[in-house]
Amino acid sequence: MTQAAPLIRLEGVTKRFGPLLANDAVSLSFYEGEVLALLGENGAGKSTLSKILFGMVKIDEGQMFVSGQPVRFRSPADAIAHGVGFVSQHFSLVPTFTVAENVVLGREGSAVLTRGKLERRVGNLSERFGLGLEPGQLVGELSVGEQQRVEILKALCGRCRLLILDEPTAVLTPQDTARFFGVLRTLQEQGVSVVIITHKLGEVMAISQRVAVLRLGRLVGERVTHETSEAELAHLMVGRDTAQVTRPARSAPATAPTKVTPLLRVADLHYSDRGRTRIGGVSFDLHAGEVVGIAGVAGNGQSELVAVLTGMLKPDAGVVALSGEQVADFTPNTFLARGVGRIPEDRFRGIVGELSVAENLLLEQLSSFTRAGHLDRRALKRKAETMITAYGIKARPNDRARTLSGGNVQKIILARALARDPKVVIAAQPTRGLDVGATAYVQGKLLEQAARGAGVLLVSDDLDEILRLSDRILVMFRGGLSGSFSAGEADADTLGLRMAGRAEPEEAHVPA
Amino acid sequence: MFRLERAPAPLWQRALVPVLAVLVTFILVSLVILGTGVDPLAVFREVLFEPLTSRSDRLEVLVQATPLLLTGVAVAVAFRGGYYNIGAEGQLYTGALAAALVGPRLGGVPAALSVAVMLAAGFFGGALWALTPALLKIRLKVDEVVTTLLLNSVMLFLISALLNGPWRDPVSGWPRSPAIAASAQFPGIIPRSRVHLGLLVALLAVALLGWVLRRTRFGLELRAVGLGADAARFMGVRVRRVVLISALVSGGVAGLAGVGEVAGVHTYLIGELSPGYGYTGIIVATFGGLSAPGILISGLFLALIDTGTLSASRTLGVPVYLGDVLEATLLLVTLAFLLLNRYRLRWAVKRPVG
Amino acid sequence: MELLIALLGGTLRISTPILLAALGETIIERAGILNLGIEGTLLLSAFSGFVVAQLSGSLWLGLGAAVLTGVLLGLLMGFLSVTLKLNQHVAGLGITLLASGLALYAFRLLYGGSSTPPALEGSFTQFQPLHGTPLGPLFRQYGLTYLALLLVPLTGWLLTRTAFGLRLRAVGENPEAADIAGVNVAAVRYRALALGGALMGLAGAFLSLAQLGAFAHGMVSGRGWVAIALVIFGHWQPSKVLGGALLFGFLQALQLRLQAEGVNLPYEALLALPYLVTILILALTGRNTAYPKALLKPYYREGA
Repeated sequence: MTQAAPLIRLEGVTKRFGPLLANDAVSLSFYEGEVLALLGENGAGKSTLSKILFGMVKIDEGQMFVSGQPVRFRSPADAIAHGVGFVSQHFSLVPTFTVAENVVLGREGSAVLTRGKLERRVGNLSERFGLGLEPGQLVGELSVGEQQRVEILKALCGRCRLLILDEPTAVLTPQDTARFFGVLRTLQEQGVSVVIITHKLGEVMAISQRVAVLRLGRLVGERVTHETSEAELAHLMVGRDTAQVTRPARSAPATAPTKVTPLLRVADLHYSDRGRTRIGGVSFDLHAGEVVGIAGVAGNGQSELVAVLTGMLKPDAGVVALSGEQVADFTPNTFLARGVGRIPEDRFRGIVGELSVAENLLLEQLSSFTRAGHLDRRALKRKAETMITAYGIKARPNDRARTLSGGNVQKIILARALARDPKVVIAAQPTRGLDVGATAYVQGKLLEQAARGAGVLLVSDDLDEILRLSDRILVMFRGGLSGSFSAGEADADTLGLRMAGRAEPEEAHVPA
Repeated sequence: MFRLERAPAPLWQRALVPVLAVLVTFILVSLVILGTGVDPLAVFREVLFEPLTSRSDRLEVLVQATPLLLTGVAVAVAFRGGYYNIGAEGQLYTGALAAALVGPRLGGVPAALSVAVMLAAGFFGGALWALTPALLKIRLKVDEVVTTLLLNSVMLFLISALLNGPWRDPVSGWPRSPAIAASAQFPGIIPRSRVHLGLLVALLAVALLGWVLRRTRFGLELRAVGLGADAARFMGVRVRRVVLISALVSGGVAGLAGVGEVAGVHTYLIGELSPGYGYTGIIVATFGGLSAPGILISGLFLALIDTGTLSASRTLGVPVYLGDVLEATLLLVTLAFLLLNRYRLRWAVKRPVG
Repeated sequence: MELLIALLGGTLRISTPILLAALGETIIERAGILNLGIEGTLLLSAFSGFVVAQLSGSLWLGLGAAVLTGVLLGLLMGFLSVTLKLNQHVAGLGITLLASGLALYAFRLLYGGSSTPPALEGSFTQFQPLHGTPLGPLFRQYGLTYLALLLVPLTGWLLTRTAFGLRLRAVGENPEAADIAGVNVAAVRYRALALGGALMGLAGAFLSLAQLGAFAHGMVSGRGWVAIALVIFGHWQPSKVLGGALLFGFLQALQLRLQAEGVNLPYEALLALPYLVTILILALTGRNTAYPKALLKPYYREGA
């Protein structure tokens, strides 16, 4: 590896959140002019580690060194002072500020600001790193890719020597991704040390020199990129031959049963938000006993589609029909009354944390427990207890929902959604952030619903999940459907291309 | 030593919060009193115990408590739904205005009917004054705090205009409304005291609040909206409807407090009808933890402070505004101590490090 | 013409305390805090200014005391809303109730229950730069009025042209972004509250040390709430806040003039107008109102 002394070194770094061990005695070095990929599954501890490096999370045990000197970051300000920059997945920009104002925030240089001077300074820096940004433009008017470059510029302006990028390509279009890789190379040439947090193997192979793999908070491997393979990294990352839930092999109906009324029909659906098209003419059918998966890079209209199909958002145009009957009033109640079980994208928005588990389980069906406005609390509790048992929720009916783990919260939502044998299940990111056991449980339950004869719409960023569970796969790109495949017809590569809005393989290569 | 863990507080600890809050409040306010050269303990004895020693003072506490319980319930209904109605003061005056408009016209109407009409008018008036901010909130997402607050001043100006204009007594020049009919006056409910029917109305309102919050579907939906409006909507709660109803009920109940002061105490409307009962209602509701039993206790407690400071001002010469200082401090201290409910206090043996 | 100039002079005088208070509130709200403690802050600083001026015989010491009072109450609001992260509505209202209570308590204690407000031996006098000319009445103003007018561009400059202003606005729009950029969110909010409180203190001092030369119970009478309304009316921009304050001052000056002329008119209608106009504006702009995005939101650092 590199001979030089490391820029930053972590030794035995441990971080706990309550009972959860997020980082377990991690020792890792970062060198100048090197791109290091931090690889791991959801919940492996990558984010925590990066937040430690940036002073947003304090270390419980262990030590950090910058240029050989022991340091202790108490806030991002400390990290910045030591030359660490951070570009999070969620941009932290002020939309009402200009590019220049965003970039100089926190390091203005003088008490009084001269707009022209600032903009020249920022413009020069942007040019030097080939970022192509207009300093006077309002950040709120920029595209996602441009906003990311503003973030990078911000970090560079802080004279950062170590730049951490959290899932940098998750929200980028292929064009923006190519451009982003170009920026990375410029950074490297200028001697900046780069850390990329990712779970995409292709990206790791394409742009990093070294890979560190995290699993369950532990560092399980360090490799020089050109000496390793995707297969080895994948094995390190997963570390197990997982007993995964897979849809039962069955002969997918070769021809769609056109005469049968679909349980859910979506026709030419449109929705736009402040002039931006979010859903642009989506149409599909969902039949009984079928799992239809919707794949796509986050931010291509899946969230809005789920919001429409759960009654949280009224579309601008188009038809949604349940068992042939058109939906006129887009409210959660309409969908509830028509037998739609709903799993929201963000599970913590599907529960009221300060209410009890029983109340959260049954708020959707209070009418069955109400007589003349009076609520039968005892019956409510009894019913909650049976649901808790049936779904193996580790909680008592009167516990506050917010004290539960993510997996148990998801089980509450699942129990609620499936309680009344729904005809259609809308499942958005049902296993995001869950551990292996909870993931398998949730996926099993969804397949059970399809076996029972319900139609399941599975919207997920996890391509594996889509591939394993779906009978039919639709790909969403920029608000429209860019592909439709039967199970077995598509593999990850084909879907990946469609997700990037490409049909031809040669157009979508990752620049090396 | 004691340790704080981030976990929901057990019940015994929650019960401790108001006790601690009162204690700290009195310690803080002692400093203010010490500055005046009076013995704080003597003042507190006068404020907290003196009113309880004589029958007339005890009953006077109940008279004071009547509007406070009502505004406390009014504020709690709205706050529970996450709707920060700061307009109870204006809504109280609207209720009083409605009572003052209807009251004089009820001569010859049977007393029971008159009283019912007065209550209905006051409730309707208060709810009407609460309607605009509520609609602006649910239709246009306009912050209700600013609108309800501003409407308080508007109502005070309106009443002032009436009192100084058409209602000014042509003979004496007193700025007050025409007296309400005898049949519209609230009957006393305890002989030889000023305690009036309004107290029963207030107690009924407190009881209803408790029942609604704990035993009804609307109560559960209201709490769900207040604690997480988005999630509640996802679960099929009609959020706008719940907010609208709670805002109107809140205004209506505050209006009842105004009716009580007009029909049970003064028999006419004056500009100084309320020394800020609407704002004190916020303290009553907050100190009472937005729950019915809590509001009952805190309403009576604040009424005791009001009555007690009055007697302390007579006997010890402490300015009567001590009550305002006490109540405001209590509000801020209570708010701070409520943070403790997020933590669990634990007795932990200190272990050697390493 | 003479009448108009007198009217405009009155407008400036009446606008002054509201303008000062609204500028203070603007600074605070731009940092993401709604300070409903404003009404009480005005009263308590008017009182402390009055008392110190009377006891020391120095108006300037009184002015300093009023400003200090505003700063301290701002810091108290900071402790409650920034450090303890309490609900800003209730905390602010609590401060108003507390500060008003303290002012009235201490006033009664020091001056007894006398109904005639004690007056200062001498209060601030007015400058008369163009005395004798037709414009004289317009420019015959207290120094604090000139200061308030000067503070309008100064506040605008502070907010948009200085590093402090940039940080302050960032904290009010997106505190997380500010934090990640190394800005100490809590410190900026405390400073905004202290600075805004100082301006509110000046407003209070104007009432007791200049305009009235005395202290009276009802001397603030909702001016704080008007200031809150003006900040919204002025879209959180000092120059537009000035416009609102002048409009309000003009209406009130007009009302006083009409009353003096014996015109029978419910003057309350004019007094209520700014409140109603603000509500109307809120209704018209609705969800497009350009609130600082983080207004009312305490900042929690994730995972800390």
